[in-house]
Amino acid sequence: MSDLDRIIPETRAAKNCARSPRDFGNALPVLNEIRHALERLVETGEETRIDLSGMPFGPGDLDRLTAWLGKGEVTATVEALGPTQIQETAIPGVWLVDYRSGEGQRLTLHLEIAPVPELLRPQPRDLAEALTLLDARLEEDQGTPPESS
Amino acid sequence: MATPIPEKTLGERLRDHGLSRRGFLKLCAATASMMALPASMVPRIAAALEQARRPSVIWLSFQECTGCTESLTRSHAPTLEDLILKMVSLDYHHTLQAAAGEAAEEARLQAMEANAGEYLVIVDGSIPGPDANPGFSTVAGQSNYDILMETVEHAAAVIAVGTCAAFGGLPQARPNPTGAMSVMDLVKDKPVINVSGCPPVPMVITGVLAHYLTFGRLPDLDAYGRPMAFFGQSIHDRCYRRPFYDKGLFAESFDDQGAKEGWCLYRLGCKGPTTYNACATMKWNGGTSWPIESGHPCLGCSEPSFWDGGGFYEPVSVPLTANAGTLLTAGAVGAVVGGGSAALAKHGVKKADAERQPVTIDELEQTQ
Ligand code: SF4
Repeated sequence: MSDLDRIIPETRAAKNCARSPRDFGNALPVLNEIRHALERLVETGEETRIDLSGMPFGPGDLDRLTAWLGKGEVTATVEALGPTQIQETAIPGVWLVDYRSGEGQRLTLHLEIAPVPELLRPQPRDLAEALTLLDARLEEDQGTPPESS
Repeated sequence: MATPIPEKTLGERLRDHGLSRRGFLKLCAATASMMALPASMVPRIAAALEQARRPSVIWLSFQECTGCTESLTRSHAPTLEDLILKMVSLDYHHTLQAAAGEAAEEARLQAMEANAGEYLVIVDGSIPGPDANPGFSTVAGQSNYDILMETVEHAAAVIAVGTCAAFGGLPQARPNPTGAMSVMDLVKDKPVINVSGCPPVPMVITGVLAHYLTFGRLPDLDAYGRPMAFFGQSIHDRCYRRPFYDKGLFAESFDDQGAKEGWCLYRLGCKGPTTYNACATMKWNGGTSWPIESGHPCLGCSEPSFWDGGGFYEPVSVPLTANAGTLLTAGAVGAVVGGGSAALAKHGVKKADAERQPVTIDELEQTQ
């Protein structure tokens, strides 16, 4: 089973749920919340995060939601404090961010409605230090401090 | 005079451990989840945790089954090591610590003196009250009552973990042979936060600590002194079987068609309508499931007097009663932790140490 499948499981449970006669559940309200968030992103650029691990989901609700959202083109893994698996859904701008511990247990699962999930972007303070880091490497290589423009 | 070197902030400490800024952001995302705060709070949590300093924590275990400690140490998010060891300084926990006997008690007294007015006390288990035989439960020859009162005197706040510490729990069930009392029955002049449950959801225990660490104050509490973020809604309100309840579809036995279809468990004794806890969202065993999802009615374990509330399999009849004094105290103390006078408090710790008297053989042999 790939890491990706752990985020969007196409499990028997999910298939059973699709056939299930149950017409209730908490997946639909979350889809509505995603819709509002996407509207805000398109109109004002405002980003939204939704914590799926805090939802009162019943059996199959999460599978049903992820099945509805589908898989997009982008997947990424961030290795920091254990792996975090990021999957673009079939809806551009809607991302599943699955935070795992070093032992592979889920710490939390977020939906991010943003052009790029925050964890993928360089952190502002890292970016601020980037030039110094690059200069240090150049200096190490060439023995002279690089000229600043 | 040399200025003391200030203790490192949590951000500095974590970076010393090699945690990257992305790793830190991830820790904050997990912490927000643990505190039941919206994910949009992550940047604020990151800013606060960056500057936070580790609080000293003294954990006292009294009349308990160690289930609460088990619950916490089996907690998955973040691991105990990450959360407890890096985010708080656990200075005394007689079940977990390596030191024993005099050395262990010394560690407690040292932590109290060094952090007077600022440390947190976590209690699991109920306490034989001041009128009970002190020999019913002792640690290092001291009665539970004496240790509790001595330790909380200079604490910033007390967290009662588990239904025994919060409401008396099983030891207090009728006929209450040990005269068991809850922490808030005994501690009247400090903020007491109740994290009830038998055992409590582990993320709720760590969530309260994380809240204190992040915001420097205790979370908002309900009328029973429980954090609103976790106990603000009933199990029934967040139960995924609720649509069946609303439609009047009930399982009548554990193996009938209704049970197989996942219908409401009310008639099988579910106490969800009168129980406030976070099980429906935080779940158990690393988020795997929770009692109602596993097909069993809620027992109401986070409510006062749940052991005396009638049969577990009888439909709920709202039997749950807290003693009135308990409720008043919970409301009156409030949740804001004052700084306190550290110097005065330190003096008090030394005095308490000198005055400690072990339980005698005569006292042990007394009948109640
Ligand atoms: S199973 Fe219990 S908590 Fe869930 S809807 Fe029925 S009575 Fe309420």
